[in-house]
Amino acid sequence: MHPATQDLTAAPATPLVLTILSEGESYGYAIVDRVRELSGGDLEWADSMVYPLFHRLRRLGYLTTEWRTLPEGRRRNYYAITDDGRAALAGRKRHRVTALQALSSMWGGTPWLLAAT
Amino acid sequence: MTVNQLEIDIDEWRAFVAQSPAVDGADMEELEAHLRDQIADLTEAGLTADEAFMVAVRRMGSVDDMSREFAREHSGRLWRQLVTTEREEEEETTSGWVPALLFALAAAITIQVARVAAGFPDQQASWFVLNASLFVLPYLAGYFAFRRRLSWRQTLVTLAPFAVAAVVVNLYPFIEGGFTELFDRPLSDTEVLVAAHLPVLLWFVVAYPYMNGAFRSHEKRMDFVRFTGEWFIYYVLIGLGGAVLVGLTVAVLEPSGVDPELIAEWVLPTGSAGAVIVAAWLVESKQRVIENMAPVLTMVFTPLFAVMLVVAAVVYAASGFGEVFDRELLGVFDAMLVVVLGLVLYGISARDSTASPGWMDRIQLVSVVSALVLDVMVLGAMVARIGEFGFTPNRTAALGLNLVLLVNLAGAAWLSARFLTGRTTFHRLERWQTAYLPVFAIWAATVVVVFPPLFSFT
Repeated sequence: MHPATQDLTAAPATPLVLTILSEGESYGYAIVDRVRELSGGDLEWADSMVYPLFHRLRRLGYLTTEWRTLPEGRRRNYYAITDDGRAALAGRKRHRVTALQALSSMWGGTPWLLAAT
Repeated sequence: MTVNQLEIDIDEWRAFVAQSPAVDGADMEELEAHLRDQIADLTEAGLTADEAFMVAVRRMGSVDDMSREFAREHSGRLWRQLVTTEREEEEETTSGWVPALLFALAAAITIQVARVAAGFPDQQASWFVLNASLFVLPYLAGYFAFRRRLSWRQTLVTLAPFAVAAVVVNLYPFIEGGFTELFDRPLSDTEVLVAAHLPVLLWFVVAYPYMNGAFRSHEKRMDFVRFTGEWFIYYVLIGLGGAVLVGLTVAVLEPSGVDPELIAEWVLPTGSAGAVIVAAWLVESKQRVIENMAPVLTMVFTPLFAVMLVVAAVVYAASGFGEVFDRELLGVFDAMLVVVLGLVLYGISARDSTASPGWMDRIQLVSVVSALVLDVMVLGAMVARIGEFGFTPNRTAALGLNLVLLVNLAGAAWLSARFLTGRTTFHRLERWQTAYLPVFAIWAATVVVVFPPLFSFT
């Protein structure tokens, strides 16, 4: 699938970004890199598409941003998760687990499915 | 490839991406930083600068997709930009002024046919004025249905409310009432109310094709609000220009014996009807090119109104309403609340939703709170005299509108205060306004559909 056609506001993107940020604040490139790392190269986004997602999450109050100047003189925009963001993430995690439990019981109880959460 | 060449390539890429109106300066800086980080990582992994650049650009994603995603998120930016790109100009000329002109002509012809059939203004048939919006607004809805390429089913959904409204409004057995000024027979109060509220209701019906059928989308609702503001301003401007044109035409031709009334009869309804669609077309084609006017006016008038409202609130609080109170006072305060709501809405529509609270937000809050204080005082005074006045259709309509606006502004003030103290995001204020829009539509529908039978068509 061409990465650019994936709808980033769909299911996996938001919780993934929030989870990565709950580990600590970070910036755009590092987050995309981490996603690539975590998914073993399977989940590939067009890199630029994360930024509208960050803006949306910031608008909703899940993230804060801060521009910082690096020693070399460049500027970088750092994102940090807020309490609202953590709450939203916890909510989504619960939904995910519930959905997977339901699926798993329908498919005849495959415990490995839960491990993939 | 030398470092110089890399810099040149990055500059070219940046220039290309920056053409998109939805990407602003800060975004561009972020995207470029991202690209450079990616290139740095890849060169470290062993690629040449040349290869690293190509891979990095590919990973960033196609510029069109990028534009689209940014545009989806920041639809407000598409309204304010001062520069269009050549790409977009090409897109626009394909569905340009020809359909707009055709729909405008259709509306103009319909209204002239109806006018001649009604014998207006000689016989002053009241049904012509009552149905005037039904002769014009369906064409506006049709224009948007065409322009947004709605499906047949959606087009039917658009046109159905017009048909229903036409049936309801014309079949209601209005009794003769007290409004004797303009027409051949005295109009009942409810009939006048229907005539006044029907255009408002139908305007909300036009929202459906404008929003492409996605009437629950918050972004699309904000777009419709912006459209309404700009449309109104363009319409007024066209009207003023038209008035000058007609005035001069009459003055120039009168000595030759041409009857000025004839000119007015033919030109004015045609112009008024056609301008509805022409103004809409102007808003659509200029929305990316011209700085929006409604927010500019809002910025100018918000402080002035804030001063006026504070002074009025202090004066009335000190002196009370006393003998000044007459039965039509509520209508005046309705008008005041509508203006304050307009200032709030258009202040919101143009504001960068990620910016922190500023002095303009504080002034807004001051004017809203003053308006609320004034309104509560008026309502209090009215309640005290409710026995004296009783519930007529006009007063009930004024009271209902007042309450609808009061609740909206109270909510807006509450959320604004929370925003200014940092306890909520600006997004919540926007959401409050867009979520409240259906309330206005429902109120207009209530006056049009429910009031006449409720007050026995008096």
